[in-house]
Amino acid sequence: MKILIKNGHVIDPANGIDEITDIFIDNGEISEVGVDPDLNGVEMEVIDASGKIVAPGLVDMHVHLREPGQEYKEDIETGTRAAVYGGVTSVACMPNTSPVCDNEAVVTYIKSRAAEVGYANVYPIGAVSKGQEGKYLAEIGEMAFAGAVAVSDDGHPVENSGLMRRAIEYSEMFDVVVISHCEDMALGEGDMNEGAVATELGLRGISRAAEEVMVARDAIVAEAIGGRVHIAHISTKGSVDIIRRAKARGVRITCETCPHYFALTEDACRGYNTNAKMNPPLRTAEDVEAIKEGLKDGTIDCIVTDHAPHHPDEKECEFGLAKNGIIGLETSLGLGIKCLVKTGVLTMSQLIEKMSLNPSRILGISKGTLSAKHAADIVIFDPDKPWTVDISKLHSKGKNSPYDGFELYGKPEYVIVGGEIVINQGELMK
Amino acid sequence: MKHDLLGLENLSAEQIKHILDTAATMKEIVLSNNKKTPHLQGRTVVNLFYENSTRTRLSFELAAKYMSANAANISSSGSSVAKGETLVDTAETINAMGTDILVMRHSMSGAPHMISKLVDASVINAGDGMHEHPTQALLDMLTMIEHKGHIEGLKVAIIGDVYHSRVVRSNIYGLTKLGADVTVGGPSTLMPVDIAKMGVKAYDNVHEAIVDADVVMGLRIQLERQKKGLFPSIREYFRFFGVDEARLSLAKPDAIVMHPGPVNRGVELSTAVIDGDRSVITNQVTSGVAVRMAVMYLLSRGGF
Repeated sequence: MKILIKNGHVIDPANGIDEITDIFIDNGEISEVGVDPDLNGVEMEVIDASGKIVAPGLVDMHVHLREPGQEYKEDIETGTRAAVYGGVTSVACMPNTSPVCDNEAVVTYIKSRAAEVGYANVYPIGAVSKGQEGKYLAEIGEMAFAGAVAVSDDGHPVENSGLMRRAIEYSEMFDVVVISHCEDMALGEGDMNEGAVATELGLRGISRAAEEVMVARDAIVAEAIGGRVHIAHISTKGSVDIIRRAKARGVRITCETCPHYFALTEDACRGYNTNAKMNPPLRTAEDVEAIKEGLKDGTIDCIVTDHAPHHPDEKECEFGLAKNGIIGLETSLGLGIKCLVKTGVLTMSQLIEKMSLNPSRILGISKGTLSAKHAADIVIFDPDKPWTVDISKLHSKGKNSPYDGFELYGKPEYVIVGGEIVINQGELMK
Repeated sequence: MKHDLLGLENLSAEQIKHILDTAATMKEIVLSNNKKTPHLQGRTVVNLFYENSTRTRLSFELAAKYMSANAANISSSGSSVAKGETLVDTAETINAMGTDILVMRHSMSGAPHMISKLVDASVINAGDGMHEHPTQALLDMLTMIEHKGHIEGLKVAIIGDVYHSRVVRSNIYGLTKLGADVTVGGPSTLMPVDIAKMGVKAYDNVHEAIVDADVVMGLRIQLERQKKGLFPSIREYFRFFGVDEARLSLAKPDAIVMHPGPVNRGVELSTAVIDGDRSVITNQVTSGVAVRMAVMYLLSRGGF
């Protein structure tokens, strides 16, 4: 299929493009970016993108697809369907499945399921340790050969510093990055951020120190051995500071945050709202400002969702018993535009960089670009067009979102994956 | 529209006073020889207790029975809770049996708030986790009024495990709304961060907290907290934070001593203080029945 996207505001940070122009797609790949390609007489689909942004499809490097083993929460089909509705054309999925994705067979299973039923590109992340138990290295080399793009014990910290060191050293041989979930369990026991709101609600507080001591540890370990580490879902002012200083020293450290850490504060937990319960927990306005500052000055490399679907029974219960996490694939772009671009924290190009190009580079995948001969993964949206979140209409199996009723901007109108139009005028095509 | 008592946070000073005035009348019934009124005739009160309790559960049960309600008790052991039924399903089941008032105690903060949205019955929070225990604070205030004549201007010192205490949070809401000056004291490891933002002064020095107090209230120390490393030993706790006669002498000469019970003798309070003439702990228990009668009566008549 040949597609011509006309008159769109094309943003492609990889190639420094930020202008009104056309894109021609042929045989699944980007063929040409430029005004008026010579296409007389060529039969093709034409998308009029006037007034809209045309950008590389979003790459979300922190997603829980729950398959295999927890299909009652989500599966690869529903998770990737939610992804494309949100303009996300590639996801990297975390290994805390059942069984844990800690070996070649599970990586291969996820890839083959994704090829069969997926709407978006799926890149498995393998476990750092066998069974995510933090004791012995998983078969990282074999997983990398089978297609794992990173390793992480996400959901659990790697508490043993020696194991973290070995993981960083070992993974480098296979060119996969270690993604670290930073949490000191002994400091982190609790239900929400430690502070005035937790004290009022009578909920156990999680200290910022629980996250920050592990961020600092990982920075120090990476520095000591010259290795590379990526810090998952940072939420505090202190984490931003630690990573900023580490980067300034030349430590090979990158990091991500999630929309909820710049869109919400701990106040969202009031009323025992279990859809505001997550780990790391929602923090304070001061932390939100620091996260925005970190995004602005480049300390924070990417924005990911930590999409964590749960069954309603796991959220409609006592706050202390509710599972951590929220869904996010369909709201991340809208929250990025609303909280970061409309407020002047980031330009649209910087937002796209953090939601597409940077995660691709960290994972070493050839996504996040509109360069010629690359697979045509594209999202088209109108950043000034408002839409209202109705969680009952989101496409994940999980409905655990704190954003019901939020007015956001830029719902994807066209989403192209590998040269195929998957979302057409906001509707799923297959 | 149904009415609940989930906490004192969202009650006005006037509503609290109205409950306390009603409770004062109810107390006369509790102390009389004819403890039977028709106030709740035909109504059903169910006590759903997910934590062990002697006084609170019995207090609610007797309060209901004194007012001629049908009263039933469910505890988590020996019920379908032990079979793994969720709180939501249990509450809906109880509601479906024609329950008018559901009295609930649960180890999780916010549990009754969640249930109140799902059931038609009026929900009374009989203690949720570390959050609130509104009838305890009301009975504390009723007792203070009986002994001091008023709440406004009283200095109330609350000493002990503030972090885990639902009693302290409800008392802070209630007492500050009625104009008392509240201080809290205890080891810093048992003091929640930013407690001062709730309108109190916090001290890790018990002397400073107690000085010139009109009311000294001990809070229960759960002995298992020691195992979690929150304080080194009971002996050391009592030495630095326990209220004995020497520390009590820092309070006003006519200060009263209170405790929500059950007391660990020689831990929060010395035995001499517990059994001393300034202790009003037993009167608190009597006030408890009266306050619960008042709350149930008012809820059945359209709220506060």
